Amino acid sequence: MCGIVGLFLKDRALEPQLGQLLSDMLITMTDRGPDSAGIAIYGAATGGRAKVTVQSPDPAEDFDGLGEALKTAGLDAEVTVKSTHAVIAVATDQAHRIRTILAELRPAMRIMGSGDCVEIYKETGLPKDVVARFDVRSMQGSHGIGHTRMATESAVTTLGAHPFSTGADQCLVHNGSLSNHNNLRRELVREGIAFETQNDSEVAAAYITAEMAKGKDLGEALTGALDDLDGFFTFVVGTKSGFGVVRDPIACKPAVMAETDQYVAFGSEYRALVNLPGIETARVWEPEPATVYFWDHEKAA
Amino acid sequence: MPVFDLSRTPLREFNSALHELPSGANDSVFEVDNPRGLHAVAVGIDTPVTVDVRGSVGYYCAGMNDGGTVTIHGSAGPGVAENMMSGKVVIEGDASQYAGATGHGGLLVIKGNAASRCGISMKGIDIVVHGNIGHMSAFMGQSGHLVVLGDAGDALGDSLYEAKLFVRGSVKSLGADCTEKPMRPEHLEKLAELLKKAGAEGVKPEEFKRYGSARQLYNFNIDNADAY
Repeated sequence: MCGIVGLFLKDRALEPQLGQLLSDMLITMTDRGPDSAGIAIYGAATGGRAKVTVQSPDPAEDFDGLGEALKTAGLDAEVTVKSTHAVIAVATDQAHRIRTILAELRPAMRIMGSGDCVEIYKETGLPKDVVARFDVRSMQGSHGIGHTRMATESAVTTLGAHPFSTGADQCLVHNGSLSNHNNLRRELVREGIAFETQNDSEVAAAYITAEMAKGKDLGEALTGALDDLDGFFTFVVGTKSGFGVVRDPIACKPAVMAETDQYVAFGSEYRALVNLPGIETARVWEPEPATVYFWDHEKAA
Repeated sequence: MPVFDLSRTPLREFNSALHELPSGANDSVFEVDNPRGLHAVAVGIDTPVTVDVRGSVGYYCAGMNDGGTVTIHGSAGPGVAENMMSGKVVIEGDASQYAGATGHGGLLVIKGNAASRCGISMKGIDIVVHGNIGHMSAFMGQSGHLVVLGDAGDALGDSLYEAKLFVRGSVKSLGADCTEKPMRPEHLEKLAELLKKAGAEGVKPEEFKRYGSARQLYNFNIDNADAY
């Protein structure tokens, strides 16, 4: 199973409630998967700074003095710790250096995602606990995606939880299971992509990253996924200004969408959407199989 | 008329109330408010009750219905009216995948569209969809009728046995061993009856095409091995 949700706000007046709305949507999906949960929120860009979300298996040790250590290494960086995760706001022109520096300073730490806007939080445990741990309810933003996992393809670990980062300001959540992920992983490794887990969804994320690195836009990369990924999938993806949905041609993994003048919402089930404002009069539909859906703030503007 | 507001009353109380009606109880009318996408609303009815559900439901609404009349004034999630034995289920909105799956009898009416696998493995149920249906509908259908006023998706009637399919619009593709067949007077008569029961007005049976099994695959024949 697994439960996935997504919310893309068109009405800026709702932005202060994004964390609240998305948290409730995700918690409603708890019984689709109680193993781990995660959420990606796209907040406002802070001028001149990129955000890097990191996770540590030993936060007390790793986050202690991290800000100072980064300064000593010559980075203009601010560290905000949230439980097992921390967001490092680093000067944009120095962002390319941070992976190497972190690998030296804190080798056990993992980068969950990075970009101008996105913050990614994920842990093992129930959605309600993950939401509380990272204070997701207080988070503001323009759009976000979430996932609650029933593990099938790999171990129940923080790194096996979703969302998976697929590049700067990009991430993906997956409901389903891929059957050609081992082969595809070997091909991607040959192309120089590094993997953290044996998870099939990480391969999907890496595939999309690799295709986009070759010059495709997200819509084209998702269309490519329909040809190159074998198995069952409903994907919800986030980009800096956009939000996309695609289902495999068999489409046995459930999906419901709702759109009003204020938002576009996705849920594995309609239950996840029932608390959204104006849902009674929203256009509610089931996304078609093998069809790429995409919304973009910049293209809409 | 008993009214159950599922935002206040646990679903199990409502379903138990349906199940506790004694056999032969007088016809009863129930109303359900605020179903909010809940699963298994009004499953296992075995007396001729009438249930009006005001809102949209999740998985398996009205499953295993035997004699009840259930109307969903909203849309339905996957598996609505699954394995219906008898009675009637009406969905005013759309239905998700595998609506009416494995149904043995009764009538399922979907006023909007149905998603994939509508009527999969149907075994005697009659299904009338006012809109379109998705791919792999009536897969392995054994008996009963599937009537579609709109269009059908890919692989209609794949591996079909003796279910009869009637489609008014286009069929994206036929599944293995499903073929168009001539419409004979008895088919037009049956179609007229089903359209009337399903409240489809202004639609003539002559506007439909009939599809059925070519009967080449359902008994194994070594010459057909490539088709499986």
